Amino acid sequence: MSTLLEVSGVSVSFDGFRAINNLTFQIAEREMRAVIGPNGAGKTTFMDIVTGKTRPDAGQVLWGEKSQSLLRMSESRIAQAGIGRKFQRPTVFEDQTVAENLMLALKKKRGPLAVLRFRASAEDRERVEQLAGEIGLNAALHRKSGELSHGQKQWLEIGMLLAQEPRLLLVDEPAAGMTAAEREHTTALLVEAAKTRAVVVIEHDMEFVRRLNCKVTVLHEGSVLAEGSIDHVTSDEKVIEVYLGR
Amino acid sequence: MAETTLSTQRAGRKPRFLLADNASVLIFMGLLALFTLGVTVLSEGFGIGVISTSFVKTLGKTLCLCLVALAMDLVWGYCGILSLGHMAFFGLGGYAIGMWLMYARTEIIVTESLAAAALPPTPQEISDGIAAQIFGVVGASEFPPIWAFAHSLPLQLAAVVLVPGLLALVFGWLAFRSRVTGVYLSILTQAMTLALSLYLFQNDSGLRGNNGLSGLQNLPGLGDVPQSTVSLWFFWASALALGLGYLLCVRVVSGKFGSVIRAIRDDESRARFLGYPVEGYKLFIFTLTAILAGIAGALYYPQAGIINPAEIAPIASIYLAVWVAIGGRGRLYGAVIGAAFVSLLSTWFTGGQAPDVSLGFYTIQWVDWWTVLLGLSFVAVTLFAPKGIGGLFDLIADRRHQDRHGADLGPEPGALREKESQV
Ligand SMILES: Nc1ncnc2c1ncn2[C@@H]1O[C@H](COP(=O)(O)OP(=O)(O)O)[C@@H](O)[C@H]1O
Ligand SMILES: [Mg+2]
Repeated sequence: MSTLLEVSGVSVSFDGFRAINNLTFQIAEREMRAVIGPNGAGKTTFMDIVTGKTRPDAGQVLWGEKSQSLLRMSESRIAQAGIGRKFQRPTVFEDQTVAENLMLALKKKRGPLAVLRFRASAEDRERVEQLAGEIGLNAALHRKSGELSHGQKQWLEIGMLLAQEPRLLLVDEPAAGMTAAEREHTTALLVEAAKTRAVVVIEHDMEFVRRLNCKVTVLHEGSVLAEGSIDHVTSDEKVIEVYLGR
Repeated sequence: MAETTLSTQRAGRKPRFLLADNASVLIFMGLLALFTLGVTVLSEGFGIGVISTSFVKTLGKTLCLCLVALAMDLVWGYCGILSLGHMAFFGLGGYAIGMWLMYARTEIIVTESLAAAALPPTPQEISDGIAAQIFGVVGASEFPPIWAFAHSLPLQLAAVVLVPGLLALVFGWLAFRSRVTGVYLSILTQAMTLALSLYLFQNDSGLRGNNGLSGLQNLPGLGDVPQSTVSLWFFWASALALGLGYLLCVRVVSGKFGSVIRAIRDDESRARFLGYPVEGYKLFIFTLTAILAGIAGALYYPQAGIINPAEIAPIASIYLAVWVAIGGRGRLYGAVIGAAFVSLLSTWFTGGQAPDVSLGFYTIQWVDWWTVLLGLSFVAVTLFAPKGIGGLFDLIADRRHQDRHGADLGPEPGALREKESQV
């Protein structure tokens, strides 16, 4: 499988504090990857760099078969290129309905003039309903998303990501604050999504990661501490020391 | 299966453009038409003469203020850009049309007075005569370069759109590209407004310094038409502009475009990560609303008769924001209600018609105290009724829809229940 995203030698400091330190990371197409690490390890910052929110001080981030550098691109261009992101806190547009949120995310032209001319076709509306079904929100389609429960907002956000049809999905702590049943549903959604695209999941919860059943990257102090199967990394001495053995 | 079909139909019901789905648009247009008709029938020019010509002008000006308030609501209420500079665009529109009005009228006067001379005047003599007439007050007698097109109505009409539009485009491009947002952007727009008005106050600005442009109520070549008629022409034009402006704004805020700009207002970085070029949208809205403001100004000042740099002072733009806040931002009719209500009230209070309130030890004179009252109302609205006057309409709508008692708000476990929703 060919490499979809290649991060090499990336470093970033905030006021002298090195949040990411010479980080190297690769993910192939249609690969599922879990990223774990203690609080402050730099997991969220890593996503910030890939999505263009934070500019690194050094290193390279290359994308796609043309090895395009993402460092020069704006957040919106990176998103258009096919990288979708789910934030740690659920961020949906609370003042708008579930359907509007999904419609906003649907893969379409993003420019102002194209959007001004846009009229939702029957297929678009069907797609929105289908997505709402997948995330269990079909009955809530016309409710303001601000009225949803925490878990439902998380799903809505995942639904919006799927609507974007990204080639790479970055998911930051999707299971935080979810009940056991909701977690299971989330796992299923992510595993399903990874069949057609690459998915990077940041997660704290080891059980959750185990169920994803994929390669694991352990971050610590801004660089990769270990990489491999879940059993491999959980038996790694260094990992036990800094993360599991606390 | 039956259920799926049902829900497909419901979601398939498309929001039809402008009308059916949007009763408020129909109501608004109907009321505006009725109002226009009513004023016409009651006017001196075309009707029974109950409403004086000067009041027709006040009403016409109010319609223009409603139009600029619509623009303000679009840029602030919907897109989240608290611009405190839109009255500058309004003023620029007024100056653009004022230049032609003043030039063309002076040209007629000068040509008439020179016609009496023995030799027929050369074009240069006429031009010098006009310049001397217009710029005598600021001690100049030549046309500044910005008057190059003042002789042409079409070109000055183009300037009504182009000058505010281009200024907004350049200013917005610089500000949005550097990601200036929130209160910093507001301050920047105030700075722009202040700089513009200070510049116009100078005698060599080319626009007659603090004298401004005057006599704008007289239409060149139509000196015989009484003001009672002219006032209605402008009143109608203002009503038409407001109606069309309203439809335009409805078109922009409904549908997906409206959804995107509200998304930008509520969480701009999230909109970016969805792939929307936020800066482009802001620039589009900022420029569009500046143009609307310019058009409103071009209709306002011929009814006011005079424009001077004080009209562009930063405080004017702050008032505009206050109107929209009081009327209820984020809904178009709210902006119109706010502008009409507050500006008419302001005319009443500051016009000396409001009776003074005697407290025994002190007499409240509204001419002075109106601003204080306005300020207090603004604070009160912000604190206690953030939806403004427009929020009252929600109460009516809520009352009509309250037949859901006892029902779940949502079928999902963990969804918000009615009890929670009432907290
Ligand atoms: N914008 C920022 N400014 C300053 N420090 C930051 C910023 N973003 C992250 N950090 C710091 O970088 C470190 C890594 O943070 P983060 O990536 O959020 O960790 P994680 O998501 O792994 O818990 C933390 O110590 C955090 O305080
Ligand atoms: Mg984090």
